[in-house]
Amino acid sequence: MKNPFIRIIEKFRKDKAPKQVIKTEPEVEQLPLKKSDRIIEVKNITKVFDGVTVIDNMNLSIKRGEFVTLLGPSGCGKTTLLRIIAGFETPTEGTVYIENVDVTNTPPYNRPVNTVFQRYALFPHLNVYKNIAFGLKIKKMDKNLIDQKVNAALKMVGLEGYGYRDVTSLSGGQQQRVAIARALVCEPKVLLLDEPLGALDLKMRKEMQEELMAMHKRLGITFIYVTHDQEEALTMSDTVVVINDGVVQQIGTSKKIYDEPANAFVADFIGESNIISGIMVRDFCVSFLGEEFSCVDKGFSKNERVDLVIRPEDISVYPEDSPKGQLVGQVVSSIFKGTFYQMEILCNGYQFTVQSTKETKEGQTVRIGVKPDGIHIMKKLRSTNKFFGEVTGENTVTFCGGDFTFRNTDNLEIGASVVAEIGFDGIELTDDEEDGTIGAYVSQTLYKGTYYQVQIYTDTDEDFYIDTKDEWDLGDRVGVKINPDRLKVERYDPDGEEAREE
Amino acid sequence: MKKKKAKVFRPTAFAFPYLVVTVVFVIVPLILVLVYAFRGENGSFTFDNFRKVFTETETLRQLVQTLELAALSTVVCLLIAYPVAYILSSAPFKKMAILALLFIIPMWINFMLRIFALQSLLNMIGLKKGFAAAVIGIVYDFFPYMLLPIYNVLSNMDKSYVEASRDLGANGVKTFFKVTLPLSFPGVISGVSMMFMPIFSSYAITKMMGDMNTTVIGAKIANLFEYQNYGNYGYGSALSFVLLIVVLLFMTLANFLTRRSQKAPKGGKAA
Repeated sequence: MKNPFIRIIEKFRKDKAPKQVIKTEPEVEQLPLKKSDRIIEVKNITKVFDGVTVIDNMNLSIKRGEFVTLLGPSGCGKTTLLRIIAGFETPTEGTVYIENVDVTNTPPYNRPVNTVFQRYALFPHLNVYKNIAFGLKIKKMDKNLIDQKVNAALKMVGLEGYGYRDVTSLSGGQQQRVAIARALVCEPKVLLLDEPLGALDLKMRKEMQEELMAMHKRLGITFIYVTHDQEEALTMSDTVVVINDGVVQQIGTSKKIYDEPANAFVADFIGESNIISGIMVRDFCVSFLGEEFSCVDKGFSKNERVDLVIRPEDISVYPEDSPKGQLVGQVVSSIFKGTFYQMEILCNGYQFTVQSTKETKEGQTVRIGVKPDGIHIMKKLRSTNKFFGEVTGENTVTFCGGDFTFRNTDNLEIGASVVAEIGFDGIELTDDEEDGTIGAYVSQTLYKGTYYQVQIYTDTDEDFYIDTKDEWDLGDRVGVKINPDRLKVERYDPDGEEAREE
Repeated sequence: MKKKKAKVFRPTAFAFPYLVVTVVFVIVPLILVLVYAFRGENGSFTFDNFRKVFTETETLRQLVQTLELAALSTVVCLLIAYPVAYILSSAPFKKMAILALLFIIPMWINFMLRIFALQSLLNMIGLKKGFAAAVIGIVYDFFPYMLLPIYNVLSNMDKSYVEASRDLGANGVKTFFKVTLPLSFPGVISGVSMMFMPIFSSYAITKMMGDMNTTVIGAKIANLFEYQNYGNYGYGSALSFVLLIVVLLFMTLANFLTRRSQKAPKGGKAA
């Protein structure tokens, strides 16, 4: 048992620990846009709040006239990005261009964009008409023209005759419409919407989604829409930008994001999915759960460790005695969801989520199969842990601020620069920091069916990936123990291909 | 159905002590004031006291001067307190609530003591007792009462209103006058009424800071009730009653303005 005082200090340190930004290599497949097509471009944007990096070196171009959704879990930096485009925040580093003009330091009132706020932010001291006319009056527009435009805007959002009403007397949906009218009446080149439907009930939300899409079609201006609701994003947008931890994970059409997620995060975040670890045996052939499957992906190196995603609706269920299907499993649960059955099927230690129209009973043994195009292969974010280090003793190598024991079979001399390599499964995490060689914080865990893939970061800001049977809590302080037999230490060769991996 | 148990103590019972205090110390004296105001020297019913209030030029002059003093002090105080509240509630200072406290701490010191101190200070810089000194004294004394409500409104104001205004094309100045100021109106009203009305009845500050020509109606009433003027209870009561009506009128006005500022004004064009 650890001294409770130390635990308190650690808790404190944990709270103070800066949020780690996971530096992944995002697969941003974006064709370079023609200069005239680009309405908004952010270049190398970084935003740091009180020492916490919210947006990390982000690059993004937005095409004129598109409906773009910034999608990500709360705290991923999507709202901050929107606020930087609107001008409410200045990026710590980087440049924002609107129509190829640098607006990084331009105040919001001089930008050709308007915002629909999350909580509408309608002026409570003004009625509906005056709220909508606000922007036009600031521009000192002619009274008759203002009248004309405001009435047109009211008509557009279906609130004719509501001009005299108190904004506080309106329902959430009506306030939302006023907020949209107030922004659109200024005729912005880009409309920014910050989770505008978050406060509405489901039915109202669906209605507003359709109306916003129709409005976008009719007006032809660019919409940038922030949401954490993946369904909303997939339904509404031309282009979805998936963001996590301040980094763009993937940019693409809704279909592409769903069918071909760039990495395990996107697959996990968008829709329901089975994410499994596998090995790419050769082109068009992947092995997982002890079986080989044909797939449609190629271009991986031989026996490369990969993540693969199978959507629940891409799995077919066959009776036990059927010749079809590659895996045998047991139905753990089966729930009727109106148009399909949602089942959990346990095969070789992995629990698949399956959606099928055919009914299967709990406890039944079934065969399941996946068609080649139902398997989507993703590059593993990293397949091994590699670090720079130095040999500091006969059997000791120092890296990441710790002295690790290794088998010095190559007789490396003390002081030699080396690269240390450990597989995901060569590392053990310990509850108590003292039990490990170094301490680290858990920054991400991803359930991979039979095990958890845990990402930790050390005090020297290095990342480790660990495969473990145990679940670890985010932000936990853990000890890191490395199996000396699994620690491969090689002399660092600056000219060789063994460059340090980020 | 379950039978309801008869409650021995109803929650309203807790209001009883307060009720007693109110009746004994507020309602009864008020009735007494009213009785004295309509009572002649011989004990009969009369309007003489009220007639005296509205015909004696000296009294009317003092009433007007009280109004002037109250209005001027309130305006000066508002002009000083609003910018202070605005700065204290703005982003860089908002985290330092302690700063706002600094302006409020004087409230915890006996006000007579503060006025004595201020008097000596004004003496030092050569400002004689009089109207100006009285205004300074009142402003100094009531400053926290003006600051606090405005500061509260400003620091609790949703900053998205300001952002929305800037988003719609208004620069800092326009945003202030079109959004921040109107939205902080309830705070201003509350600050004004917390200051304007007590000035009527408080006379200690003017007594200490003012000269012979600067007297307020409160001082006059106090005089009428003092020992050597025994027998002027009737006149004093009538004057008190008039003052009460004036204050009530102002309170009604303040309430009306607050309610109006919280609701959207019924203006705008037909849509």
